[in-house]
Amino acid sequence: MAAELHLSKEVSALNIRIKFQKYGVMKFIGHLDMMRYFQKAIRRAGIDIAYSEGYSPHQIMSFAAPLGVGVTSDGEYFDITVNSSQSSQKSIEALNQVMAEGVFILEYKKLPDTAKTSMSLVAAADYFIYEKPEYTSIFGELQELSEKVQDFYKNSKEILITKQTKKSQRELDLKPLIYEMKAIEDSFSRRGLFLKLSAGSGENIKPELVLESFCQFCGIPYDPLHFQIHRLEVYAKLDEIPVKGEKERESYQKYLNHLKKVWKQEGKRFPEFLPLGALGRDIPDDSQICRLEKTMTE
Amino acid sequence: MILYIELERKLMRKLALSDEILLKIEKPARYIGNEINSIKKNPDEVDIRFAMCFPDVYEIGMSHLGIQILYDMFNQRQDVYCERVYSPWSDLHKLMKEKQIPLFTLETQSPVKSMDFLGITIQYEMCYTNILQILDLSQIPMLAAERTEEDPLVIGGGPCTYNPEPLADFFDLFYIGEGETRYPDLFELYKSNQAAGGGRKEFLRAACKLPGIYVPSLYEVSYQENGQIASFHPKYEDVPATVKKEIEMDLSHTCYPRKPLVPFIKATQDRVVLEIQRGCIRGCRFCQAGMIYRPTRERNVDMLKECAHTMLKNTGHEEISLSSLSSSDYSQLPELLNDLIENKEQGVNISLPSLRIDAFSLEVMKKVQDIRKSSLTFAPEAGSQRLRNVINKGLTEDVILEGAGLAFEGGWQKVKLYFMLGLPTETEEDQKEIPRLADKIARRYYEIPKDKRNGKCQITISTSFFVPKPFTPFQWASMFEKDEYLSRARIVNEEMKEQLNRKSLKYNWHEADVTVLEGVFARGDRRVGQVLQKAYEKGCIFDSWSEFFDNQKWMEAFLDCGVSIDFYNLRTRDTDEILPWDFIDCGVSKEFLKREWERAQREEITLNCRQQCNGCGAASFKGGVCLEHQN
Repeated sequence: MAAELHLSKEVSALNIRIKFQKYGVMKFIGHLDMMRYFQKAIRRAGIDIAYSEGYSPHQIMSFAAPLGVGVTSDGEYFDITVNSSQSSQKSIEALNQVMAEGVFILEYKKLPDTAKTSMSLVAAADYFIYEKPEYTSIFGELQELSEKVQDFYKNSKEILITKQTKKSQRELDLKPLIYEMKAIEDSFSRRGLFLKLSAGSGENIKPELVLESFCQFCGIPYDPLHFQIHRLEVYAKLDEIPVKGEKERESYQKYLNHLKKVWKQEGKRFPEFLPLGALGRDIPDDSQICRLEKTMTE
Repeated sequence: MILYIELERKLMRKLALSDEILLKIEKPARYIGNEINSIKKNPDEVDIRFAMCFPDVYEIGMSHLGIQILYDMFNQRQDVYCERVYSPWSDLHKLMKEKQIPLFTLETQSPVKSMDFLGITIQYEMCYTNILQILDLSQIPMLAAERTEEDPLVIGGGPCTYNPEPLADFFDLFYIGEGETRYPDLFELYKSNQAAGGGRKEFLRAACKLPGIYVPSLYEVSYQENGQIASFHPKYEDVPATVKKEIEMDLSHTCYPRKPLVPFIKATQDRVVLEIQRGCIRGCRFCQAGMIYRPTRERNVDMLKECAHTMLKNTGHEEISLSSLSSSDYSQLPELLNDLIENKEQGVNISLPSLRIDAFSLEVMKKVQDIRKSSLTFAPEAGSQRLRNVINKGLTEDVILEGAGLAFEGGWQKVKLYFMLGLPTETEEDQKEIPRLADKIARRYYEIPKDKRNGKCQITISTSFFVPKPFTPFQWASMFEKDEYLSRARIVNEEMKEQLNRKSLKYNWHEADVTVLEGVFARGDRRVGQVLQKAYEKGCIFDSWSEFFDNQKWMEAFLDCGVSIDFYNLRTRDTDEILPWDFIDCGVSKEFLKREWERAQREEITLNCRQQCNGCGAASFKGGVCLEHQN
């Protein structure tokens, strides 16, 4: 008992950011069904999630950036509010015990109290687009593809496309919304495009849009089924402080400075974009956290 | 850098459908398997591969408890791998036909035709063309007679197999009764037959001797000139003349899945289903389930508590539903509900269908439901007390009004009423009593002072058309023509407009085309099978879905085959007539059914099984409610 007391910590809010992978047949499960999937998975794993008030309470959970059907990912995020939590490692284990094949939990991190939900933070996302092995390659050799990317992206002043919205269509310059684009080949000799694109509530650019435009530019027939789109990571932009209120902003700035210091100590350059998961911290082993209000009301 | 590709490489699981197809069709999640609690086995390490099929769309099929029970039970055996298959939706159906893609199981994505067994659960008549679709897409010959050693054995089960005759040509065998009991014997027989080098023929000949197993090809039917059956008998001396239903007498110590499957897409039943008892003590004369599941058997309350807890934990579902024909008759209901409510985790809902509305149930419902949103359900089934006596529905107007009154005072405003039209002996007066009863309920609501009630009440009347079913006292009853059904619905509708509280009443009724077909296939014989095949060839499929149902094609199919609908629907059968399902012994005797048919004509009610034993014959199973008063 004494040992437990010593280890447990009480905090006022307990928000958790979870990062997961989605691959294999799970790419056919749409965004809404993934949300339903996680609602049930969290119950199966025994995570002490908080429920909203009212007649039909629901789990407090919010997803970052919806992933299209058919797209795989190494970097999906959602936030939950919990009443209490075990260590990150134990929670990840508990969740992975109850996952379907094709969903794998990578991170479970406690967020600073003032952090907004991941949904409102999203600013960019990385993608790797490669040709499916069952199709014959149309990208050509890596060198050749590199040159095409050079012409399409680096050497062009603007990349104009027409973006179809629900009500109208408008002309859009993709160039400033593509933060990075290069031809790459992975260790399994899959050749394709690496893209860092604007995402979130600002200008959300789907990778298909860039791909289609690129194919047109190269004179390659565009067949969406030919390619596998894979999301690598989702980012928050750091020059916009994603919290409200003077005190909160100050507190966030302090937290950011702290992060910068840590990165510097580790000898790493602080980037323009930060993976959503990097805003949180692991809950150490052999510790337990409880929400303050929760313990007070009990 | 790309961790996921390493994972992808490790996944050996290939899908039967290409990305191209899966990204083109609606809800690809219907066809990929991989659901939580689905069973993964190495097919090379089992003796028997079994494809279990519910012949309707995935979301419906996944909601069926019976398949979940058998899936769990079969897969607990090391020598069996049971996989699932459902009806491909029309979009995929078209593509599979076009590209000649054989229908596949969800778990290993293997062709159904490569299985040892294809088991099909048959829950309602309007799925019969979907059964043919399953066979067709599986590339298995539709007619059992044309199958070879390469094809799976096609076995049917479920309530419709209490008259399997319309489907006799398409199935190698039927399992009559509850699945928990006889499959182990069937599997052992299959293995020993294989080991002895026997084929289909040898297996079927041996299987027909197992209790509950019916092999239609081993029986012969002849007909009289008037179309009625002249004789029905086994072709060989060693083939049993009657097939007795299988029944699990100890529901507390039998398999019940603690880890039911959890689909990715929302199924119709998106919740834990807890079957608290099987059978019904009430004896409503129209109800097949109330007869074929006799005697009523309860599950032990401690078992149910444990099941509820474990199943919620293993699925993560947010809701649990109690399932039975009449939950209020479960003797341990208060104890079970108290346990569920007390030990309820946050965010878990309890749903209670088929509860009788009284003080107890209202109090429970207040604890587990949002009164403002929920509605009360009554199923008087008939509008007048006279007709309710005919059908032996022991629900009186006083009981309804008292229940509704209690509920209204407790804050409820919405009431749903279910009735049937076209019942035996039904008169225009009986039909008019339907909206009058609804009006009386509304009047009861407006008796509450204005300042204490919350606006208007909402009484919804729904009627369905009655279809006589085998093994019920009404199995001899005549049906009506389509137009007659519709004119009865119109009488109800007109009478509703005459009511004082008509603005608080709403009336829903259905088309009658489906009713007519259900009538034919519920009580049909072997000769109606050809109509099914013809209708399927014409494109009939998903007939229980109004967007697909095409009555024109069905009528053509009957005409093409020279089969008369009227012969099956528009005559009162003589109690001496040989009925197509007479060879099945469901435990309830024909004598009892006749007695009940006669009592119905005399408008006499029969007490329920707890009040008095009526000698239906189910006591021969030596258990359940039949032994209760002896304790």
